[in-house]
Amino acid sequence: MKAKDLKLTGYRRENGRFGVRNYVAIIPVDDLSNSAAEGVASLVRGTLALPHPYGRLQFGEDLELTFRTLAGAGRNPNVAAAIVIGIEPNWTDRIVKSIAETGKRVVGFGIERAGDLKTIEAAARVAKEFVQYASELQREPFTVKQLWMSSKCGESDTTSGLAANPTCGRVFERLQAAGATLFFGETTEVTGGEDIIMSHCVNNKVAADFKRCFDDYQRLIKSQGVDLLGSQPTEGNIRGGLTTIEEKAMGNIQKMGRCRIQSVLPPAVEPKGPGLHFMDSSSAAAEMVTLCAAAGSVVHFFPTGQGNIIGNPLIPVIKLCANPLTVKTMSEHIDVDLTGILRVEMTLDQAADATMKVLERTINGRLTAAEALRHNEFVLTKLYRSA
Amino acid sequence: MKHSILMHETKDDVGVAVVDLKSGQEASAVTLEGQPVCSVRVTQDVPLGHKVAMRNMARGKAVLKYGRAIGRAVHAIARGEHVHTHNLRTQRWNA
Repeated sequence: MKAKDLKLTGYRRENGRFGVRNYVAIIPVDDLSNSAAEGVASLVRGTLALPHPYGRLQFGEDLELTFRTLAGAGRNPNVAAAIVIGIEPNWTDRIVKSIAETGKRVVGFGIERAGDLKTIEAAARVAKEFVQYASELQREPFTVKQLWMSSKCGESDTTSGLAANPTCGRVFERLQAAGATLFFGETTEVTGGEDIIMSHCVNNKVAADFKRCFDDYQRLIKSQGVDLLGSQPTEGNIRGGLTTIEEKAMGNIQKMGRCRIQSVLPPAVEPKGPGLHFMDSSSAAAEMVTLCAAAGSVVHFFPTGQGNIIGNPLIPVIKLCANPLTVKTMSEHIDVDLTGILRVEMTLDQAADATMKVLERTINGRLTAAEALRHNEFVLTKLYRSA
Repeated sequence: MKHSILMHETKDDVGVAVVDLKSGQEASAVTLEGQPVCSVRVTQDVPLGHKVAMRNMARGKAVLKYGRAIGRAVHAIARGEHVHTHNLRTQRWNA
């Protein structure tokens, strides 16, 4: 199957991007505003609250990342319109302004001098208008050139490197050739394969950018006087047969296939052009998928071995799995069964075809397993402790 | 399914069990393209997804998978043995 044969439909947003879902997001700026955001969501059908535990007394790069992630959630093309609620007006406005750059409808509310109940009422009135507006938007065809998507694997085992990750890589090769915008990342988890990542970079500058963020993380580990043995590989990885970080990394990087890496992105930063991009990010599943959504990905491939069950409220997360035990015992979490590769009954190209069919159906509105099971993990990445 | 071990590269020192293997079992290894590589008598139980030594390895040898070193043998490993955290260690993070 060629990428150009994919028949995709989505919601055209004001900035020309296409969304594959059509949410009205209710975004709390800080932990204190979760109650109001959830209050609005419980009153108004079709709204999506994004509660999270941070947003107070952060500073510097850590604060900027929180702003970028919250604004990115609202900017995501899967969001038709957004409401932002914060305890105080200034930080709330920063997020509103960033979302407004996309041209979409967004209104902010500050709780101070109003209280939760008045804020909920005022925000719910706007939310009701927004969902009625969103409910009339129609899907229209779009091309692979207009598709932004991400990948990150989790609870990996040896079957990930044999089958699920290479399948993602093969699909990415096809999508890249057709002009899609793609991203992957997981800075520590490529340890042992960093030379291969560098060799895939489109030029020396991109390779140097990658090496800088890779070395930064290795230094951070050292500065803590620890190593990642015990965390990388995880206990789940080890149970699944992965022994060392080098082995895990070699599996992980199969997700990029033979694609060239166009740029290295800071976390939650939107890429500037098509092709595959490396995002400097944690390997923690919910953090990484949230960063991808904040950077503008509208759909996500999640290859798993032992069965990571993660989802995301904003973007459909498609699970690929080739471990027959996982597919048998956790079938409700798996979207694409790739066990045929282990039986050598399915080639990588056939697996890629099957995966692209599921991608097409998912983009066109079919709920993923994670969406159906309400896996709404929205998790901010914290860079260091708050003031 | 005739095979029970998959290998990334024919030169790899280890293959991956794609079914639970029992000690004493003769297991045949193929590549992902289905090309037969060899057959090995498994000397320990090896669960699905875990690695089997495809050849004898001296202590300290770089163990190849994907055609690359994924760590070093902690002690000598005999063909057919289970290869995992007890006999294979990372070369990263100053381990």
